[in-house]
Amino acid sequence: MVQVGERRRIGARGRVALRAAELATWASRKAGRGKGSMIGGLVALKIDPNILGGLGRGRRTVIVTGTNGKSTTTRMTAAALATLGDVATQADGANMDAGIVAALHAHFDAELAALEVDELHVPHVSDEVEPAAIVLLNLSRDQLDRVGEINMIERKLRAGLARHPETVVIANCDDVLVTSAAFDAPNVVWVAAGGGWAGDSVSCPRTGEPILWEGEHWYSTGSDFKRPTPDWWLDDENLYGPDGLVLPMTLSLPGKANRGNAAQAVAAAVTLGASAEDAVAAASSVDEVAGRYSTIQYGSHSVRMLLAKNPAGWQEALSMIDPTCDGLVIAVNGQVPDGEDLSWLWDVRFEHFENVAVVAAGERATDLGVRLLYAGSQHTTIADPLQAIASCPPGRVEVLANYTAFRDLGRALAREVKNV
Amino acid sequence: MSESTVRIGLVLPDVMGTYGDNGNALILRQRLRMRDIDAEVVQITLSDPVPDSLDVYTLGGAEDSAQRLATRHLTRYPGLQNAAARGAPVLAICAAIQVLGHWYETSAGERVDGISLFDVTTAPQTTRSIGEVVTEPALDGLTQKLTGFENHRGGTTLGLDASPLAKVTHGVGNGVGDGREGVVQGSVIGTYMHGPVLARNPELADYLLERALGTTLAPLELPEVAQLRKERLRRT
Repeated sequence: MVQVGERRRIGARGRVALRAAELATWASRKAGRGKGSMIGGLVALKIDPNILGGLGRGRRTVIVTGTNGKSTTTRMTAAALATLGDVATQADGANMDAGIVAALHAHFDAELAALEVDELHVPHVSDEVEPAAIVLLNLSRDQLDRVGEINMIERKLRAGLARHPETVVIANCDDVLVTSAAFDAPNVVWVAAGGGWAGDSVSCPRTGEPILWEGEHWYSTGSDFKRPTPDWWLDDENLYGPDGLVLPMTLSLPGKANRGNAAQAVAAAVTLGASAEDAVAAASSVDEVAGRYSTIQYGSHSVRMLLAKNPAGWQEALSMIDPTCDGLVIAVNGQVPDGEDLSWLWDVRFEHFENVAVVAAGERATDLGVRLLYAGSQHTTIADPLQAIASCPPGRVEVLANYTAFRDLGRALAREVKNV
Repeated sequence: MSESTVRIGLVLPDVMGTYGDNGNALILRQRLRMRDIDAEVVQITLSDPVPDSLDVYTLGGAEDSAQRLATRHLTRYPGLQNAAARGAPVLAICAAIQVLGHWYETSAGERVDGISLFDVTTAPQTTRSIGEVVTEPALDGLTQKLTGFENHRGGTTLGLDASPLAKVTHGVGNGVGDGREGVVQGSVIGTYMHGPVLARNPELADYLLERALGTTLAPLELPEVAQLRKERLRRT
């Protein structure tokens, strides 16, 4: 039997690139600079710009993209595909070229791959790795001052998919922009994965005319563009699929959005030949994604951390907060990776917490505090997230944080816990 | 709702609610309620005619295609124009300045007519203006610096009937090189400031409310808001 790895067309230059990447990864680890996978990917790409294609082809790959849920869905997809064979996937959510190269290199012989890919990188990564399936989760605006208009992203995805008519697109038909991106593709599996954030797609991405909603159905008033009939859909108990399939689905992860993510992961794995039962079981077992959802004991507090990076993610994460918790710390920074414009805080409905005491934290705690003040939400303001946690009554504390606040608090907690 | 309830029109949040600007209507409502004055926000969507009977109106930012839908709706149901004609205060943010002007040019180079509440025209700048803005108000009744976050491609030129809201001391403002920010014409005020602008500038919020009510309001001491102003002004 031919080894899977031998099928890859890695030329002499590619082999040099991979050897250099291994050295760089080893050196970086040795120097104590983390896992070293990114640096390896960067080095390999520098030496052989075509290395991504060389590493990617010859596998059956699922690409996962969308504004929210990429890492979680990729983890679920990898788990579901693992019922079929070895799977290459990112461990760390590094979803641009270097991170993808590193993941494929680290699992050189895996015949399957589940890759999280940044929305704008999907077209060229697809050209390189020729994916068997692309999962489109949702598209909503990210940080306003950093990323271009969401409609531009939709058009780029649509153009990218047009170059891969053989690829099966697993698309969320509850998301107008995702539907538009996938609408012309010949092979689409439509999943009603839910869409909690309709705010960015009131006008039709194809005609500019209004999108009208009737319950969960939506249609464009300007053309025949409308919500396709889903092949997969779900409710609070079950996942429903083709040919009358009904499977009970209970996830380890909280929240409605994660049920939608699981549905798309399962649909993708089934497209590649997994059994639906096995895929659901595998996706349901995922209980932690790159430190998110994890619980850390810190002093008298059991801290659960949730990450949210944009308005849609925030609204979703707020719905995951356990209303019986003993404290809620909301930490907001406004650094470049977070977006420096915090206006979006006003697009999130905090009124939900009118009866819960919360602590506003983070570098932009005051912005959040003013938002909560006008929401009529009782709160205190303590900028340092560790002190904010410590200020809560003993017991379970939920922490909701945006990107750099989440990252920095994770590090600070790890240091604190280590020093105990 | 009693007769005396102050009604705040949130105009087309479904198409012009992209940048947190819906918060302006909430802030107006809360600043009245904190003073024990009944107030409510009336949402006017693309499915509703625009009433001319409300006490104060706010409009938020949007992107090109949404802007066009808003213009069409406001032309079809001219309640906002009628309200402005009788002196009801209107706050227009960012793209809403463009919709309320004579015309604006889209990033694709197409010229779209506005509703001419403002004697202004808007065309794309060479680069997008993004960042913190600080201005000195040029409007009688405002004494405190204005702070906000701008994020716009459009550059707005004021005609003779329009005055600037403020003079820029940090940031870009209207983006046509005249150092001016915002528009004032009659009871209608426009600004490129997000944040939302009323979260950071309570004096402007109360300016709108006092004109809506035709009365002076008791001062409202909100230390968190004062702290936010201090932090944002210190950073620029």
